Amino acid sequence: MGLWDILRGRSKARPADLDALFALPAAALTLEAELGLHATGTGAVCFRAAEGPAAALTQREAADLVSVDVGPTTESRVDEFGYTWLTVRAAPGDTPTLVTDLHAVNSALEAQGFGSGLLCSVVGFEDAAAGGPPKRAYVVYLYKQSVFYPFCPTGPTSRDDLRERQIRDAVREDLVIEPDPSRWMPLWGITA
Amino acid sequence: MARTRFVPDTGLTVRMTTVMFLLGGLFVGVVVALMYAFPGYAVVIGVIGVGMAFFQWWNSDKAAMRAMRAREVSVAEAPELHGMIERLCTLADMPKPRVAVADTPLPNAFATGRSPSRAVVCVTTGILRTLTAEELEGVIAHELSHVAHRDVLVMTVASSAGIVAGMVTRGAQWGGLGRSRNNSAGAIGFVAVLVTSLVVYAVSFLLLRLLSRYRELCADRSGAYLTQRPAALASALRKISGEMNAVPERDLRAARPLNAFFIAPAVRGLALGTLTSTHPPLEQRLDQLARIAAALGDVR
Repeated sequence: MGLWDILRGRSKARPADLDALFALPAAALTLEAELGLHATGTGAVCFRAAEGPAAALTQREAADLVSVDVGPTTESRVDEFGYTWLTVRAAPGDTPTLVTDLHAVNSALEAQGFGSGLLCSVVGFEDAAAGGPPKRAYVVYLYKQSVFYPFCPTGPTSRDDLRERQIRDAVREDLVIEPDPSRWMPLWGITA
Repeated sequence: MARTRFVPDTGLTVRMTTVMFLLGGLFVGVVVALMYAFPGYAVVIGVIGVGMAFFQWWNSDKAAMRAMRAREVSVAEAPELHGMIERLCTLADMPKPRVAVADTPLPNAFATGRSPSRAVVCVTTGILRTLTAEELEGVIAHELSHVAHRDVLVMTVASSAGIVAGMVTRGAQWGGLGRSRNNSAGAIGFVAVLVTSLVVYAVSFLLLRLLSRYRELCADRSGAYLTQRPAALASALRKISGEMNAVPERDLRAARPLNAFFIAPAVRGLALGTLTSTHPPLEQRLDQLARIAAALGDVR
């Protein structure tokens, strides 16, 4: 924020950078090869809906919001912080299609004026090698910062720090990773 | 091109810039007057005044935390509060400030610190009990706007004219009297400086309060745009204002020095009411939030 903005006590809404999402398919291949993480074909977009009817955005309304331009079908829910999640499903392993859909959802939200309210996009992975229930891993993209970071929840409020660092090291070539791990915002209760 | 829901408020900007310009002019005026009155000491007095303002700003976080007996809380101690602030900061693309809680029934919140990376956002246990999660989020977005706009710095710089004038008034009382007895011309000059400083001090006081009210309105605006829920902030403000009148007088006085940083002032029944209050009246804040709500709704 510049001096002029500080004097006027005004903050500009930071535009979201969407195109960085297209780096994800390459990263998905790397994760598959190096860590045995399979893309689940599920992703989600998290944003802040404006007040009024949109605060309690129903599944139908959110889907309508996106599918105006023949966009992909989505499922929506509002989390405990009041942010809306739009979940997109593609065939397992089909990251390119998923990313195209996520980009379409983001563009639609931006066109509706929610650009300043976009928080993050998430792409889901799971650990196939593990016996028992598959371990989930996510790659999160923050629009405002244009950075990615890994997120591996292991319980309601616990995360696998080591696994996250392995993912970071594996995809370092493909994605711009947030360098400070303390800014890897936990997304508890994520369902993508 | 994507639409934006951010609507600039030119009127507010113009009014605020005018006030800041006047405060700057006042500071220059004080320094020039000092140079005429005490050619030898003018620079020293100016430097000490600016030094005091700098010290206030530099230690603003520690001083405010100590005055409120606030305690910094970790992620493990207050996970919801941290989660809420973390998300808002990500949305606004700003560094996450430290989080503190003050154990007082007074429902309030404040932000302080010399820069966004050294900022502290503090909420009281009273506000945590009073507000819903959505309302608290509105309040925190308001405080984060103060951090992003560097309001502690702006207000400190703006107050430096008043600080210098106050110093001259006080210093003249014991420093200048002895000398002026032998010299009638000196006495007249001394009285002139004293009167000028008193006037500057009074004018600067009123302008500062005016600027403070404008900054509050700016923070309300930005906070409402960040959460996109002006109604939540409005209902939080209404609740806090109501509670403020219900809490005992003693607590209110204890919190008075920090009023400029609070979300709602903790003093009631001021003689000059609107002219000297640090915060705009509730009605004015609610009116602005209603306009924002309408603007957000229109674009949909």
